[in-house]
Amino acid sequence: MNTLELARSQFAITTLFHFIFVPMSIGLASWVALCQTLHFATGKEVYLRMTRFWGKFLLISIAIGVVTGIVQEFQFGMNWAEYSRYVGDVFGAPLAMEGLAAFFLESTFIGLWIFGWGRLSPKVHLATIWLTAIGTVLSAYFILAANSWMQHPVGYRLNPITHHARLTDIFAVLLNSTVLLAFPHTIFGAFTTGGSLVIGISAWYLLRQRDVDVFSRSIRMALPLTLVAVFLTMGFGDGQGRLMSVQQPMKMASAEALYNTTKGAGLSLFAVGPFERHPERLGVDVTLPHVESLIATLSWDGTVKGINQVNAEEERKYGPGDYAPIIGVTYWTFRLMIGAGVLIFLLAIAGLALMPSRRLERARWFHRAALAAIVLPIVANWSGWIFTEMGRQPWVVYGLLKTSDARSANVASSSIIISLTAYLLVYGVLTAIGARLFVREIKHGPAAPSGDGDGVPGERMPPDLALAY
Amino acid sequence: MREPSFLQTVWFALIGVLWVGYFVLEGFDFGVGMLVRALGRDNAEKRALIHTIGPVWDGNEVWLLTAGGATFAAFPGWYATLFSGFYLALLLILLALIVRGVSFEFWGKEDSPRWRAAWEWALAGGSFLAALLWGVGFANIVHGVPMNAHHEVTATIWDLLHPYALLGGLVTLALFLAHGAIFLTLRTRGVLLERARGVARWSTRVAVVLLAGFIAWTASDQAVGGTKVSALALAALAVASAAAVPFALASRREGIAFALSAGAIALLFVGLFVWLYPDALRSTTASAFDLTLRQASSSQYTQIVMTVVAVLLVPVVLAYQGWTYWVFRHRLGGDDFEGTPTPVAVLEKKLGSAERASST
Repeated sequence: MNTLELARSQFAITTLFHFIFVPMSIGLASWVALCQTLHFATGKEVYLRMTRFWGKFLLISIAIGVVTGIVQEFQFGMNWAEYSRYVGDVFGAPLAMEGLAAFFLESTFIGLWIFGWGRLSPKVHLATIWLTAIGTVLSAYFILAANSWMQHPVGYRLNPITHHARLTDIFAVLLNSTVLLAFPHTIFGAFTTGGSLVIGISAWYLLRQRDVDVFSRSIRMALPLTLVAVFLTMGFGDGQGRLMSVQQPMKMASAEALYNTTKGAGLSLFAVGPFERHPERLGVDVTLPHVESLIATLSWDGTVKGINQVNAEEERKYGPGDYAPIIGVTYWTFRLMIGAGVLIFLLAIAGLALMPSRRLERARWFHRAALAAIVLPIVANWSGWIFTEMGRQPWVVYGLLKTSDARSANVASSSIIISLTAYLLVYGVLTAIGARLFVREIKHGPAAPSGDGDGVPGERMPPDLALAY
Repeated sequence: MREPSFLQTVWFALIGVLWVGYFVLEGFDFGVGMLVRALGRDNAEKRALIHTIGPVWDGNEVWLLTAGGATFAAFPGWYATLFSGFYLALLLILLALIVRGVSFEFWGKEDSPRWRAAWEWALAGGSFLAALLWGVGFANIVHGVPMNAHHEVTATIWDLLHPYALLGGLVTLALFLAHGAIFLTLRTRGVLLERARGVARWSTRVAVVLLAGFIAWTASDQAVGGTKVSALALAALAVASAAAVPFALASRREGIAFALSAGAIALLFVGLFVWLYPDALRSTTASAFDLTLRQASSSQYTQIVMTVVAVLLVPVVLAYQGWTYWVFRHRLGGDDFEGTPTPVAVLEKKLGSAERASST
């Protein structure tokens, strides 16, 4: 691997690892806030037990998400100094806003929530979890606005002397058409992630018929919410696809491995090409006739641009070169993302169909499927990000700056090898511990109802210890 | 042209404020992190110590993230030069922050002595390393680093670990340790309070000596003129502020002691930023290669946008963070967290604390 590939691997690995926990935290924060609101409104103890049980997963997820997020804030400057100099004027603003508007909010109020049980009034304590949840969602908006600028740069001009991008319209950046679709897609994806986790873990308990009151209620609440979330994720994703065929036609063409511009293009279901960067042709290609044109242009015989034609267009604009990403990666990550989404959708439909009777609590096949399905949103989130970032290559900022021109010239590959090794080790240990704690919390189960507590009367655990360290 | 614009000066000052906020706040939770094992003799006491910073450390750390983000937005050239130039040193800091960050959450998750000890060491080690390395980093910024005409730092990590920088590291280490101990005198009671007072007394004295030495070295080593005189004056005030801490502690005025300690850290870093102005980073290779604020800056438009955002949001952030400190202002002791409430344990608890009280 050369220095550029090392730096790219490091960004990919640290970001994907961070992105296991981010959607989980966003989804669970709102879910826990919902449970606590129901407890506040109804006073039913089952909702309190749900709040505390799911709260533990939220906290483990946030703990790992927060510490791995520190790296994200600094690695642009560490490995991508040229990128930072080039885009800082535009890209830095949403990043700083994320810190001021979102990180402070979530970090401060999660502390108040953890340690505030019994110390804050129930109403104020409820507000702290909602403010945390709002912080997680706001943070997603700002970082996606920054990322959307890399996909579709708007509201800037190039500085005539330095040739760096200069912000001219912050509202154009914050209201970029790309972020207006990427944000709901990602947020509903995060809600799907949280929902799938709740459904899967609840299924584990139903399989063993443990604490059925807590988990029957959890799964019955989570199923319809997850169905709506995954449906909206797909809906906004569909809109993103159409926007992308206008803004980044190369990415769309390579998502479909469509080499030549086609009228009435078919939707490729399964394609295999020679194992090379640019196969130029496909060995096997199973397609649904006309469907791709229908999706991309909303017309049966619409024209979908092919990789070769887009490349020729970009060569006219940016000079001779290869402007296509690695087709095998874009084609398959796109399918993995959609496939995983469809499976979650089907599972939620199946669960919903079981709901009217008490069959949901007894359908062991469904419990097993739901438990296995916990990995699906992670697969979808990862492949979605790999697709959107690798599909933009060779550009780091589409049409403006190539990834190969973005690194820190003064950082040697030995330094990157050291940091990459260190991150792999530390993140590996964090994954192992996080997984172990998740399993422990699952086995441990929710707190017993207060009626049959085993404490000694008069000496109770301080209430803030329920979740605090 | 070297003179920065008004807005550039404002943003340089604001970034300075974010760093000062970060060190004043996270400074004490680094200190507490280093002291958990040293001051807590059993799990209940350790838990009480962790609880003094538990609700706030995460919010404190956001000051760092915001300082990073604000530097990116207002001075992209500085952000790029600094973080690529201090690559491995910053990596060590990040790893230290990761390890100590998860140790809070993980510590209480399993009830085995080995598990807890491992995370206590992680907390202490991470806090120690970060407290030391921030000083090393900033001493290098004061000193200047080898940097070429493209504003790329050409130093390796070994070039950054010269004696002057290491002294700077010891200064922040001692200051943060003392700051943590003083914070504990505000937030604990009983034996923990007594032990925290003990550490606060000696660590403040060590910090004063190291800080005075660092300032003397800085003054003798570099050409001092113009704003650098005021920078040194501010740093001297920092020494005075820290030197007053033992008197406040002796008269049991913990609040004043904490304010003085916070003042010392704040004055030191304000002095450091004044020292740097109007440069972002000086080159020891050739002064023509200095990175000025003007060169590192983003456009006026971006800085206006960010000023509006900061004016709207910073007061809100200060208000709710301040409120958090108000909510968690009560003193904690080991007896708040004594474990299984069996009659034997209660008896032991009473006997234990009586024994401890008589031995001190």
